[in-house]
Amino acid sequence: MQRIGLFALITTLLLGMATIALGAGGIEGAVEKQSLNISAIVMFFLFVSGTLGITYWAAQRTKTAKDFYAAGGGITGFQNGLAIAGDYMSAASFLGISGMVYMKGYDGLIFSIGWLVGWPIVLFLIAEQLRNLGKYTFADVTSYRLSQKPIRIMAACGSIVTVLLYLIAQMVGAGQLIQLLFGLDYWIAVVLVGVLMIMYVTFGGMLATTWVQIIKAILLLAGATAMAFLVLAKFGFSPDALFRKAVELHPEHNKIMSPGVLVSDPISAISLGLGLMFGTAGLPHILMRFFTVADAKEARKSVFYATGFIGYFYILTFIIGFGAIVLVSQNPHYLVGGDIAKGQLIGGGNMPAIHLAHAVGGDIFLGFISAVAFATILAVVSGLTLAGASAVSHDLYANVFAKGTATEKQEIYVSRIATIILGILAIWLGIQFKGQNVAFMVYLAFTIAASANFPVLFLSIFWKGLTTRGAFIGGFVGLITAVVLVVIGPTVWEEVLMNPKGSAMFQYKYPAIFSMAVAFITIWFFSITDSSARAKQDRDNFDAQNVRCQTGIGAEGASSH
Amino acid sequence: MQQNIVDKVKNNPKYVELVRSRSLWGWSLSLLVIIIYYGFILVVAFNKELLAQPLYEGTIITVGIPVGVAVIVASFLLTGLYVWRANSKFDDLTKQIKQEIK
Repeated sequence: MQRIGLFALITTLLLGMATIALGAGGIEGAVEKQSLNISAIVMFFLFVSGTLGITYWAAQRTKTAKDFYAAGGGITGFQNGLAIAGDYMSAASFLGISGMVYMKGYDGLIFSIGWLVGWPIVLFLIAEQLRNLGKYTFADVTSYRLSQKPIRIMAACGSIVTVLLYLIAQMVGAGQLIQLLFGLDYWIAVVLVGVLMIMYVTFGGMLATTWVQIIKAILLLAGATAMAFLVLAKFGFSPDALFRKAVELHPEHNKIMSPGVLVSDPISAISLGLGLMFGTAGLPHILMRFFTVADAKEARKSVFYATGFIGYFYILTFIIGFGAIVLVSQNPHYLVGGDIAKGQLIGGGNMPAIHLAHAVGGDIFLGFISAVAFATILAVVSGLTLAGASAVSHDLYANVFAKGTATEKQEIYVSRIATIILGILAIWLGIQFKGQNVAFMVYLAFTIAASANFPVLFLSIFWKGLTTRGAFIGGFVGLITAVVLVVIGPTVWEEVLMNPKGSAMFQYKYPAIFSMAVAFITIWFFSITDSSARAKQDRDNFDAQNVRCQTGIGAEGASSH
Repeated sequence: MQQNIVDKVKNNPKYVELVRSRSLWGWSLSLLVIIIYYGFILVVAFNKELLAQPLYEGTIITVGIPVGVAVIVASFLLTGLYVWRANSKFDDLTKQIKQEIK
C-alpha cells in the first residue's frame, strides 16, 4: 500500500510539473512559430491520465515476479499481437518511414518491407520455442542447457547494449518531437518521457507496459487509418489520381514510383535486409513479450496478429507519405519561411505525417496525431526499459550474483531499482545526445541483436553441438564485431565523427552480413573444438531440452505459482 | 524433467512425427520468406526497370507497387498458414503425447 501512496504522490507532482511546463511553453511556442495546439495538450493529458490509471490498476495486481516480468502470463494472443505491434511500431517507423516515402517515394516502401519480413521468421523458428523453454527473459532459453553464469552475463550484455542504443535513439527523437509539437524545452520533454516510463514500469511492471502498448497500437492504427482515408478521399479513392499528382509535384517526378538509390549494391542491400530480418528476432524487448502469453499456441497467434497489424501499418505509411507530397510539400504553411522553392519542412524530414494530419484534419486531428506520436514513444521506451531492467535483475542479479537463491521479493526490488537507474541513465543520455545524428543507433541495435543475441538463441534451440564455450565466445565476438564495424563504417566514422569523406576503414554502411557470419563461425568453431566435461553435459542435455521445446512439457504455466 | 519422461517421449513415434513435421513446416516457410524477400531485393538491385514499368497501359502506378505490397501481404498470409497448420496438427500431436505420459 505504501507503493500506491508513493504512486499517487509522484502522479500529482508530475501532472503539476507538466501543467506548469506546458503553460510556460505556450508562451515560447507562440513566439517561435505555430500557436500552441490546445487539442494536442488536452489529448496528451487524457492519454497520460488514462495510462497512469491503468498503471495504478496494474500496480495492485503486480505481486509476484511472474506478474512483474510477464503480466502473470495471462495475456491473450490477440492482445499480445497488438502489444507487439505497439512495441515495434516506434515513432521512428511512423514518422521516419512516412518521411522517407515523402522524400524518396518507392524506396520508403522497400525499407518498410525489410522491417516486416523478420516477423514470419520469428514465428517459424523462435516464438513457440521461446515460450516453451523460457520464463522471463530470452537468456532463460539460451542458458537452458548451458552453464548459467557465463551465458547469462553474455546475454545480459547483449540485451543491455541493444536496449541502451535503442533508448537513446527514442529519447532524442522524443525530445525533438515533443519540443516541436508541444512547445516544451528539449530537456523537459526528455525528463517527462523518462519519468512517465519509470512510473509505468516500476509500479505497473509488464501488465501496465502491455496495456500502454495495446492502447498506443490502437490509437496509432486508428490515426494512420483515418489519415490514409482522408488522403484517399481527396482523390476520389483513386490511388492512380493520388500518385499522378504526387509525381507531378515531386522534384524527382517519375523516379519516386520505382526503386532509387537506397539499394545500389547487392551486398549492402542483403546486409541491410539480414540486419533487419534477424535483428527483429534478437530484440530483447520483443522476445520478452512471448512470455506474457499462456502457451505456445497463444505465442504463435500473437505473431500472426502482430504481422497483420504491422504490415497494414506500413501500407498506410506509404499512402501517408504520398499524401504528404501532394498536400504538404506545396503548402507554405508547413515550410520554413513559407518558401516552396526551397521546400524545407518545418521541424525537419521526420515531420510530413504530422503536417499532413493538420492538412487533412485541422487542429483537432493534428492534436490527436501529436498525442499518438507521444504515446508511441512512451510505449516503446517502457518496453525497452522493462527488458533492460529484467536483464539486470533476472539474469545478472538473481541467476549470476545470487545464484538462484534470491527471493521473488528481492528480485522484483532489484528490478524496480534497475528500472529507475536505467530511466535516469536514459534521461541523461537523451540530454547528452541532443542535436546529434542518432538514426544509426537503431540500426546498430538491430545489428547487435542479429549478431550477438540471435545466433546464440537460434543455435541453442536448434543445434545440439552448441557448447557454453562456443556460445560465450561467439556471442561476445558477434557483439564486438557489430559495434566495431558500425563505428569504423561510413555512417559513424564520416557522418557522426566528422572524419573526411572516404576515410572510413570499413566501406559498408550495413555490416550485418559480416558480423553475423563472424558470430556464427566463431560459435561453431569454439563449440566443435570444445572437449571439456561441460561441453559433454551441454550436448547431452539437448534431447531433454528439445522434448520440452517441442511439446511444452514442463513449461511455465499461465497461473502464478 | 525426469530422464524417464524424456526417454519415453523421445521414442514415441508421435513425437518423432511432431518434430519432423514442425521442422519441415518451419524451415520450408522460412526459406520461402527468404526467397521472396531477397528475390525482391535482388530485382531491386539488378533490374530496377522491371519494377519501373507501368502496371497497365495509361496508369502511373508501376509494377513495383503491387509487388511491394504483395511481399507484405505474402508475409502475413504465410504466418497465417503456419498458425493454421500448427493449431491443427502440432497441437493435436502434442496433446496425444502429453496424454500418453500421464
